[in-house]
Amino acid sequence: MFKILSKQFLCPTVARFEIEAPLIARKAQPGQFVILRIDERGERIPLTLNDWSPERGTITVVALEAGATTKRLNSLKAGDYLADVVGPLGRPAEIGRYGTVACVGGGVGIACIYPEVRAFKAAGNHVISIIGARTRELLIFEEEIRRFSDELHVTTDDGSYARKGFVSDVLKELLEKGRKIDLVVAVGPVPMMKAVAEVTRPHGVKTVVSLNPIMVDGTGMCGCCRVEVGGKTRFACVDGPEFDAHQVDFDLLAARNRRYLEEERMALERLKGGR
Amino acid sequence: MAAKIVPRKYPMPEQDPKERIKNFNEVPLGQDPETVKLEAARCLQCKPPKGKTVPPCVEGCPVGIDIPGFLALAREGRFEEAIALIKEKNALPAICGRVCPYENQCEGACTLGKKYEPVGIGRVERFLADWERARGFRVPPRPAPTGKRVAVVGSGPAGLTAAADLARRGHAVTIFEALHAPGGVLVYGIPEFRLPKEIVRAEVEYVKSLGVEVKVDVVVGKTVTLEELRREYDAVFVATGAGLPNFMRIPGENLNGIYSANEFLTRTNLMKAYLFPEYDTPTKVGRRVATIGAGNVAMDCARTALRLGAEESYIIYRRSRAEMPARKEEIQRAEEEGVKFQLLTLPKRYLGDERGWVREVECVRMQLGEPDESGRRRPVEVPGSEFRIQVDTVVVAIGQSPNPLVPATTPGLKTSRWGTILVDEEGRTSLEGVWAGGDITTGEATVILAMGAGKRAAASIHEYLSGKPWPGDWRPVNG
Repeated sequence: MFKILSKQFLCPTVARFEIEAPLIARKAQPGQFVILRIDERGERIPLTLNDWSPERGTITVVALEAGATTKRLNSLKAGDYLADVVGPLGRPAEIGRYGTVACVGGGVGIACIYPEVRAFKAAGNHVISIIGARTRELLIFEEEIRRFSDELHVTTDDGSYARKGFVSDVLKELLEKGRKIDLVVAVGPVPMMKAVAEVTRPHGVKTVVSLNPIMVDGTGMCGCCRVEVGGKTRFACVDGPEFDAHQVDFDLLAARNRRYLEEERMALERLKGGR
Repeated sequence: MAAKIVPRKYPMPEQDPKERIKNFNEVPLGQDPETVKLEAARCLQCKPPKGKTVPPCVEGCPVGIDIPGFLALAREGRFEEAIALIKEKNALPAICGRVCPYENQCEGACTLGKKYEPVGIGRVERFLADWERARGFRVPPRPAPTGKRVAVVGSGPAGLTAAADLARRGHAVTIFEALHAPGGVLVYGIPEFRLPKEIVRAEVEYVKSLGVEVKVDVVVGKTVTLEELRREYDAVFVATGAGLPNFMRIPGENLNGIYSANEFLTRTNLMKAYLFPEYDTPTKVGRRVATIGAGNVAMDCARTALRLGAEESYIIYRRSRAEMPARKEEIQRAEEEGVKFQLLTLPKRYLGDERGWVREVECVRMQLGEPDESGRRRPVEVPGSEFRIQVDTVVVAIGQSPNPLVPATTPGLKTSRWGTILVDEEGRTSLEGVWAGGDITTGEATVILAMGAGKRAAASIHEYLSGKPWPGDWRPVNG
């Protein structure tokens, strides 16, 4: 059992949890994730690590309400327990001194890119952060990202805050203006990561994305999370989750992530009926 | 001795195939005490042959259970003593009584079996274990602690067996399990209708009652490293299994609706997707399901598909019936339940619809040519024989490779070119104080062979902890 020490809503649909998990906190690195299960009947879901503290023995994850499980997760409170938290899983991000690094976060992906922004800054890079959300109230982690960024660009799809448009528009503009960017790291919804890959491709800028396929065990045992990268099948849980964006088959990923839409709807209906 | 030989095993009642494909309950229903006494009485109580120390059946048992001994007790209705005798060698009898391939082991070596049906050793073991479990285990007295600590990585059959044997010798044992429930392949792989999870849970509880601690949710290689375990424990046993699913690498294999056997079975067994939405994990099975492969795991998948509502469940296998690696009993049960066999058939590619779901598998007919390295006749494609089978769901059950997590994160731990951890005849690895056994050293094999490896490693670990030096000239035997 893993105790939730604190919980806040960052916006109406996104909550942040600090969880007691000393073994994971000791090993966690940017880019890694955990698998979590709420209770005995729960499903195993992957969540990217947002933060950790070996001293406090805690990890922090951020969850967006997308289906029944994340809805139930976000209804938990400080003092509640999770049945299982496993990790840190996946390969860590390749943090190094590249020069100028653009960290691009979309939606809840902003919380996932945060530890990388911090680590790239600490490694001596000039960090350009570009974050965006659908609308103002869904924009999270702006101040935290700002603290570790040399430049921060913010977008909202509807223009309700900062610049109207997509994060990929900002990146495109920077590249077209001739800004020298040595590495782009993008985390967010599949269409956003695909757009970023297409923006950087003609400029030949190395681009890494963190993929978010459906998983079961998270340790390479089941192959549920298989993705195609450069025409080869890879398991996102052990070979990733970060891959070369220019090699990823995003359409396949999007199709595979729709496998259980019907069941997810069913589970949500059931939850509303009061499970 | 029985005056008259009974040529055949006493039958065990089973669920009717038409009924059982609608539920996940166990197929064989067990036997009553009187029948079990009669079955046990069929044993001829053979003495060890010249030059041997044990009778043939015991030699055929990977964990060396005193089979004539427990059958003699069972024959007299002394069930409590009979199960105690089994448990001296085997901490998991209710599991073995269900999933052991007896026909190749104890029963395959049974003297009676040369002319008649062998003694139904497996079903007597099963009865005794169930009989005891129904009454509650008697926990054996704990030996004096040796003060030595052993870490076991993986809680499958090899890990549980080694842990039980070491605990019985007074060592403090901690098992580290990556998943949220102990049991390894016994909980994620073998279906409920062959091995009820309640039975696995009970036998794991028994192992715990011997003093073994089980820590779930710890991925060795990620949460902690093997090196850290080596520093903290006096010995480490690695039993991480063959958990890496193989795919055929043919076009379309990542279409929606195509599972690895591991995913299909893990969703159903460990996550209880057959109880969705009571349980949160879903699974999707269409009307027509094809399972690729013909081993025991493939039979489990094809039979699981029927229970999840498939109207047609196919086995697609590139060789002929004679080469199918599954146990005869499993093939027979699959056939009774209506699984159809597409033999001498090789999938070449999958075709999907516009939404990315698999709709057809294109296959080619095969014929058997000259024998290959395995001694089986090599299947070769019949030119121009391509044809398509409509499918909604595909399960790829063509085997598993060794789990790479521990070797990949442990410098100095030597592996073969297939990724199995190299061990000597006692299960010792290239690192002092580290043993390995089960599927991680052999590749995918059986529950009981893994248990045998766990037993051998436990004996070797015990000697080492008692002062026997680590060998200077380590020679692997599984390269």
